[in-house]
Amino acid sequence: MLGKLSWSAIPFDQPIPMAASLFVTVGVFSVLGVVTYKGWWPYLWREWLTSVDHKRIGVMYVLLALVLLLRGFIDAIMMRSQLAIAAGGAQGYLPPEHYDQIFSAHGTIMIFFMAMPFVVGLMNFVVPLQLGVRDVAFPVLNAISFWLTASGALLVNVSLVVGEFARTGWLAYPPLSELQFSPGVGVDYYLWALQISGIGTLLAGINMVTTILKLRAPGMTYMRMPVFCWTALCSSMLIVAAFPVLTATFGMLLLDRYAGMHFFTNDGGGNFMMYINLIWIWGHPEVYILVLPAFGVFSEVIATFSGKQLFGYRSMVMATLAICVLSFMVWLHHFFTMGAGADVNAVFGIMSMIIAIPTGVKLFNWLFTFYRGRIRFEVPVLWAIGFMVTFAIGGMTGVLQAVPPADFVLHNSLFLVAHFHNVIIGAVVFGVMAGYYYWFPKAFGFTLDRRLGVVSFWCWLIGFYLAFMPLYVLGLLGMTRRMQHYADVSWQPYLIVAEVGAVIILCGIIATIAQLVVSIRTRERRRDRNGDPWNGRTLEWSTASPPPVYNFAVLPQVESLDAFWVMKQHRPATPPARYEPIEMPGNSPNGFVTACFAVVTGFAMIWHIWWMAILGLVCAALTLLAFGWIERGEVEISGEQLADDERARLRTASPA
Amino acid sequence: MGVLDPQGPVAAAERLILLNATGIMLTVVLPVIVLTLAFAWWYRASNKRAAYQPEWAYSGHIELVVWSIPTMVVILLGAVAWTGSHQLDPARKLQVDAKPIRIEVVSLDWKWLFIYPDLEVATVNQLIVPTGAPIEFMLTSATVMNAFFVPQLGSQIYTMPGMTTRLNLLAERPGDYPGLSSNFSGDGFSDMRFLVHAVPASEFSGWVARTRSEGTALDTAAYVELARPGGDVKPQTYRGVEPNLFERIVQQNTAKLAASPSGER
Repeated sequence: MLGKLSWSAIPFDQPIPMAASLFVTVGVFSVLGVVTYKGWWPYLWREWLTSVDHKRIGVMYVLLALVLLLRGFIDAIMMRSQLAIAAGGAQGYLPPEHYDQIFSAHGTIMIFFMAMPFVVGLMNFVVPLQLGVRDVAFPVLNAISFWLTASGALLVNVSLVVGEFARTGWLAYPPLSELQFSPGVGVDYYLWALQISGIGTLLAGINMVTTILKLRAPGMTYMRMPVFCWTALCSSMLIVAAFPVLTATFGMLLLDRYAGMHFFTNDGGGNFMMYINLIWIWGHPEVYILVLPAFGVFSEVIATFSGKQLFGYRSMVMATLAICVLSFMVWLHHFFTMGAGADVNAVFGIMSMIIAIPTGVKLFNWLFTFYRGRIRFEVPVLWAIGFMVTFAIGGMTGVLQAVPPADFVLHNSLFLVAHFHNVIIGAVVFGVMAGYYYWFPKAFGFTLDRRLGVVSFWCWLIGFYLAFMPLYVLGLLGMTRRMQHYADVSWQPYLIVAEVGAVIILCGIIATIAQLVVSIRTRERRRDRNGDPWNGRTLEWSTASPPPVYNFAVLPQVESLDAFWVMKQHRPATPPARYEPIEMPGNSPNGFVTACFAVVTGFAMIWHIWWMAILGLVCAALTLLAFGWIERGEVEISGEQLADDERARLRTASPA
Repeated sequence: MGVLDPQGPVAAAERLILLNATGIMLTVVLPVIVLTLAFAWWYRASNKRAAYQPEWAYSGHIELVVWSIPTMVVILLGAVAWTGSHQLDPARKLQVDAKPIRIEVVSLDWKWLFIYPDLEVATVNQLIVPTGAPIEFMLTSATVMNAFFVPQLGSQIYTMPGMTTRLNLLAERPGDYPGLSSNFSGDGFSDMRFLVHAVPASEFSGWVARTRSEGTALDTAAYVELARPGGDVKPQTYRGVEPNLFERIVQQNTAKLAASPSGER
């Protein structure tokens, strides 16, 4: 009746996992309790759960990312604490079967459920506003994408309470992830969570590509698009091209595990080298899916706060497109040590280095945007400068490992771990943090506390260097990744410094939470009244903060790059004589309900509860079809309403 | 310790490449970091002496320079990568005037088996090699993928079930060099450590003779026993090895070997 599920799935006998699952359960139920007690459900349902507004969906993506950042970070600090003590003969406080789950969950969560939703959320919120349009191409699909991503995140966290998570590392290489070596439900949690959220991500990518290619304000040619839109376009094209590979690869592993097939098994003619190739054919573009939008954020931030047009816009666009194409031609550098032979290794090594050319050009262009600018040291600029310095180092250690003979001694060592955290924290996390601070006033109508923002930045920066520079040294000393304990006590001091670094990053995270709380409490005196708190250059700053549901009462006429900057220079905004009514899509519960059934299906598949899986799948399909079929009421916003809104906006923007 | 303290020609060449490549890149990376900080500081809004040109956003000369600098670095590094990949291809035999030692390596859950096919001895979790002699490794895995890595001797290589990889190393000086698995392979992974004892040739032949005369032999039954999952195994030796054991491990997986103790297929 309940497949493999029984009471033994709950870790009553293990104190640390049990405490974690109690903590999560109590946390979730207390939040649900407060929402019920306060009677917030109707509001949440109406304004958020069924919303198809790209801004609301973007905000929910970012919120999901911030929550999962906490989860992933708890994993990180547990690992650092384990390695700070497990030296010599000591085994630390986490046994291997638990430690292995933690590093697998840390990687999976940080990439798929922290970095991805953060980046997709920023794109969702910003791109339609920057393009000067009213929504994405497929608003309901957008909601479905988000809720499928959230479903995956939920499943990963359910594994804390019921059952276990994968013990195979964040990419679950077979044959270790095959039934023969991982008979438990951990790998199944991993696979189903990522299959469900992967479909969400693919749909989000299709939506974003369509939006950018087909919906732009009148006059916004490709070469007048803000750089962030370009990076969002390239990132989304990479999603469309790469995520089907991931889904197919996981599909084959699922067939191995569920249907006794032999794609990647040791016997029966399987070959796991195919999995490793396929997963990196997705995995390397994935890195650029994450980092390109971060580059876009920095391009916006550096130009805005330098009070200057971005240097070398065309170069920047060409570099982005070049990275987009090249990212598919380098996957083999993740396994130079597989013995492919000198020619293959050398070609992929050189291809990997070539990506450094457009990336280097970007760094120089940001540098020359500072040149003869007038830089205001607001928080996003601090992140940008921190990024440029940190990323230069991380890029260098990356190119170093693209030299195959150097990789032969660095591969899988803590040097590699230090490198990819150097670029993922230094570029992606710094980028989304800059974007979070930069666009927060646009989303909520008030600015974030500057002082706590500065504290957060310095904690992250200093914490990062303390946490990861020792790892470079340890890699050179011969320490490999994913060790639960180690014999060489001379490594311990470095790992203690790394733990101190992690604690300082924790202070940065706490400062970010405090910043949010303080800013909400003092929001009245930090209102952004004219919608343009940073003296911005692009169209999102031309509308109110927060923007009305329709974004723009009249679609802006774009005549150049940095459209809003030019408008501010040349043309005082004159309200039109009359406003054309606007039709906006109505709410739809399609995404939320479909995703609920997707969770049921995923959970049932993980535990082999076949009847429930079929039921969940049928219900999800019926929901999708039924809501898709029903003619939804479009919401019409009348011309008079628009005129009133606009008058109110201009009045607050320039109080007499 | 580690890859910066090489004890053989492969590791020494790799350290040289590592240092050279880092040096080449630092010539660009350091100026970029300094310029970033300098520009950001000088062009701060409060500096009234700094020039401000809000419309300046293009310069053909600068564009040419910023595309050329990384391109030149990559051309230089690409040459290093191409020659290095060929000279240090793990499968390439070392050009040394000495009799090579052949060693077959099997990664098990979670220990290392080293078979000396020509000397008819085998060891677990320890590797004894003569200094100055090229070592020709053939590697496979009887379980999941691992990687064989002795940082002070150089290149690591994956060990993969059903397949063999090749690796050529050499220890120049006598000493004990730690080795490990550098690809995660499950719960006992952290204990997949071994020591490489590099000893002079005379001492090595003494060790072989001694090993041949003591302990048990590695037949199929002993192998099946050894292959049982378990970690933290003390170093041990076998005085003989069943012929073609390595080939059979490559061709079959452990489950099948265990099912047919006679080793017949």
